[in-house]
Amino acid sequence: MTALKVNGRTHQLNVADDVPLLYALRNDLKLNGPKYGCGLSQCGACTVIIDGQAVRSCVTSVGAVVGQEIITLEGLGDEKNPSKLQKAFIEEQAAQCGYCMNGMIMRSKVLLDNNPKPTDGEIRQALDGNLCRCGVHNRVVRAVLRASQEA
Amino acid sequence: MNIQTNRRDLLKAAGALVVAFEIPMAAQLASAADDLGPGLPGSLKANPKVSSWLRIEADGRVHLLVGKVELGQGILTAVSQICADELDIDIKRLRLTSGDTWLVPNEGTTAGSFSMPDCGSAVRAVSADARKILVDLAAAKLGVDADKLTVNDGTISSPDGKKTTYWDLVIGDEMKVDATAKAPLKPYAAHRYSGKSIPRVDIPAKATGGQIWIQDLRPEGMVHGRAVRPPQYDAKLLDVDMAAVEKMPGVLRVIRDGNFLGVIAEREEQVLAAAAALRRNSKWELPKDAPTSDGTQDWLLAQKTKDIVIKDQAKPANLQAAATVEATYRRPFVMHGSIGPSTAIGTLGADGVMTIQTHSQSVFETGNAIAMMLGVDKTKVHMQHHQGSACYGHNAADDAAADAALLARALPGRPVRVQWTRNDEHKWEPYNSAMQLKIKAQVDAKGDIIDWDYQLWSTAHGTRPGNIAGNLLPARHLEKPFEFPVPVNGGPPNYSADRNAIALYDFPGQKVTTHFITSYAARVSSTRGLGAYSNVFAIESFMDELAARAKVDPVEYRLRHLKDERARAVIQKAAETFGWSKWEKKPNRGRGIAFARYKNLAAFCAIAIEVEVNPSTGKIRLLRAVAANDSGEVVNPDGVKNQIEGGMIQSLSWTMKEAVRFDASGVRSEDWTSYPILSFTEVPPIEVVLVDRPGAVFLGTGEASQGPTSAALANAVFDATNTRVRDLPLTPARVKAAINA
Repeated sequence: MTALKVNGRTHQLNVADDVPLLYALRNDLKLNGPKYGCGLSQCGACTVIIDGQAVRSCVTSVGAVVGQEIITLEGLGDEKNPSKLQKAFIEEQAAQCGYCMNGMIMRSKVLLDNNPKPTDGEIRQALDGNLCRCGVHNRVVRAVLRASQEA
Repeated sequence: MNIQTNRRDLLKAAGALVVAFEIPMAAQLASAADDLGPGLPGSLKANPKVSSWLRIEADGRVHLLVGKVELGQGILTAVSQICADELDIDIKRLRLTSGDTWLVPNEGTTAGSFSMPDCGSAVRAVSADARKILVDLAAAKLGVDADKLTVNDGTISSPDGKKTTYWDLVIGDEMKVDATAKAPLKPYAAHRYSGKSIPRVDIPAKATGGQIWIQDLRPEGMVHGRAVRPPQYDAKLLDVDMAAVEKMPGVLRVIRDGNFLGVIAEREEQVLAAAAALRRNSKWELPKDAPTSDGTQDWLLAQKTKDIVIKDQAKPANLQAAATVEATYRRPFVMHGSIGPSTAIGTLGADGVMTIQTHSQSVFETGNAIAMMLGVDKTKVHMQHHQGSACYGHNAADDAAADAALLARALPGRPVRVQWTRNDEHKWEPYNSAMQLKIKAQVDAKGDIIDWDYQLWSTAHGTRPGNIAGNLLPARHLEKPFEFPVPVNGGPPNYSADRNAIALYDFPGQKVTTHFITSYAARVSSTRGLGAYSNVFAIESFMDELAARAKVDPVEYRLRHLKDERARAVIQKAAETFGWSKWEKKPNRGRGIAFARYKNLAAFCAIAIEVEVNPSTGKIRLLRAVAANDSGEVVNPDGVKNQIEGGMIQSLSWTMKEAVRFDASGVRSEDWTSYPILSFTEVPPIEVVLVDRPGAVFLGTGEASQGPTSAALANAVFDATNTRVRDLPLTPARVKAAINA
């Protein structure tokens, strides 16, 4: 058994240490936030926050994060009580299909935690490794700016 | 989307839909143009029963059923706005089902910017019809003239205070009547939702980890399946050691059927390990002399072609040419590149029905093609659409559904989930065809165009499942393979490879010839805009070349050749928004403009772009971009802006970066490193201005901006560098080489 601390709760999982964290989160804990996009750490769709860092869960093994604080999109807020950042993404309609949105929000959360008032350029730099194919980049930047401006 | 319903209702609904299966694709595709004429609008033509679309449910809700599906284009929000307005209900009362082949009207494929013309128009008319039926019922019940009644959120009131509701009135078959499309539509000013930027219904769940994606379905007993694809398109499986894989942890089935290899395991990481082992344990024979991406342009011209003259308007004999100008443009294969790889879940039930959850754009036709592949009656395949990552055309969604069906057949009773790997998605999806475009124009002494000859070379742009098993990738790999049909080029009015090949300009003479290639260098099919992207790139680049040659401003030059008022309006609007007339040239900076009316019958879109080009590296910096767009009446302004801007960004990525590479060993563009796309730091500020036309027919939006964006960029690069780059993509190396040439 492996103990994983996710969104403030500890879960005992019967998975091998080398299983990618993404599959443990999605399949064993039935979390929808982190998405499989590439499995290669190239697109960012699977991003979670571990001990304050944005981490690509598709290339992170379960064994490597035992005991660490893992936060997924669900850990920020839910539909009834979205976090400030999630609310900003909804208000800016920062999606077309929205498949990349998990990664956009999780990476931006880490950015705002470290830099509460980022510039447009700093947001783009931070998100440069998160891919979006629908072309909502500017909406995403506006959403992060909006969240940063709301106290 | 899914709803609770009993088995008997499902079968009844399926029975009612069988008739619609026979509606030919061409009829479905022609519907946008048909909307301009008489008869039932959009998809209502093929599905005229009011009850096929709308059900007044006992619990105070209204159930709207649509055949079009959500691809991230916001269609479910837009049709909800339309329905709520025409029916006079609060939008929150709506419950939506889309893309379930046993429940919804068959609206063909969700593609070609037809969601609003087909579905939006149908929903508007059928909702107005339903309101009339309900008001007439109320009039009879209350003993009051229908025209004295008012409706507010489904409650119908008479002037003397008598009331009834939709939910009191509908108890039986009241809605099982044919639509008339004669019920009065709401005046534009009375719209509560249409014309407003109503927030998308799906975004809150997507922003918070709600269960909304096909990837989030976890039916009881679900297992994981993967197909192991060959190393190359036409590779033959010589030998495979299945026994070793069968012994691996969690493995439930290992399947070989000809060149089709697959595996099912209890857990996802187990199936991935088993699939990797199966790949290692297989020996394949590679075909010799396979085409390569480097040789694509020569390959195109060397193929046997089907030549079709799609326009032949002779120049009046009295016009004298002062000069003849020619240019050739080339574009490579480009991929859809969905961020989420294709996924499906197949379950073979005890009743012999194969149920497939899919994000296919064409649930009905793909379901029929899968039935053919499985050798079962088409009523034995039930397709249910769930949202997937946006596809931008015919990607691998249908092939994943076929994989799921083949694997689920080997393990009856267990839902088998198939999720393609990034590598498979990149290498096996059907690309947008490479093309070559040659233009020759005769100009008069002022430099105006008097004759125009346009020729294009292209492979297919449409190999969707279309009820035929051979269009499904795995069906072609089976022991008894289904033959891949010889592709056809779509004809008027929408066209396919030659979409937008006819210039909308009023040239005195114009001839357009399509050289259609039925053979393949790479797997190809419909990608956002089909041939329009390439044709608009060529036409609008060449217009710019001719304007420069005539020493006329490119905005002015276009307007000189264009009578269509709506076309002129978007060009002028884009120029004005850009600040075209007061723009000042600075070193290494340039501006470009381009225009197209998508398919020459849909949305009008003009784009202006400003760039800076580094002459020593050839690197393009996008400074800003502006769009002016006219899609007819706008239902959701923010949704239209989102589509136009997104289309521009995707097109900038295609135009600056993208080309699929392949050689004899297979496709080499196998991930995001070997096939890079535009990133955050490269995306420019974008302003989209809408020309709203209240009361005008819906023209659709999703594919309006890609074509003009490509040429606007190339024209801006020319303006910055005085160098014309005619081969896509406009990579730094290519731009630098052109500058130094």
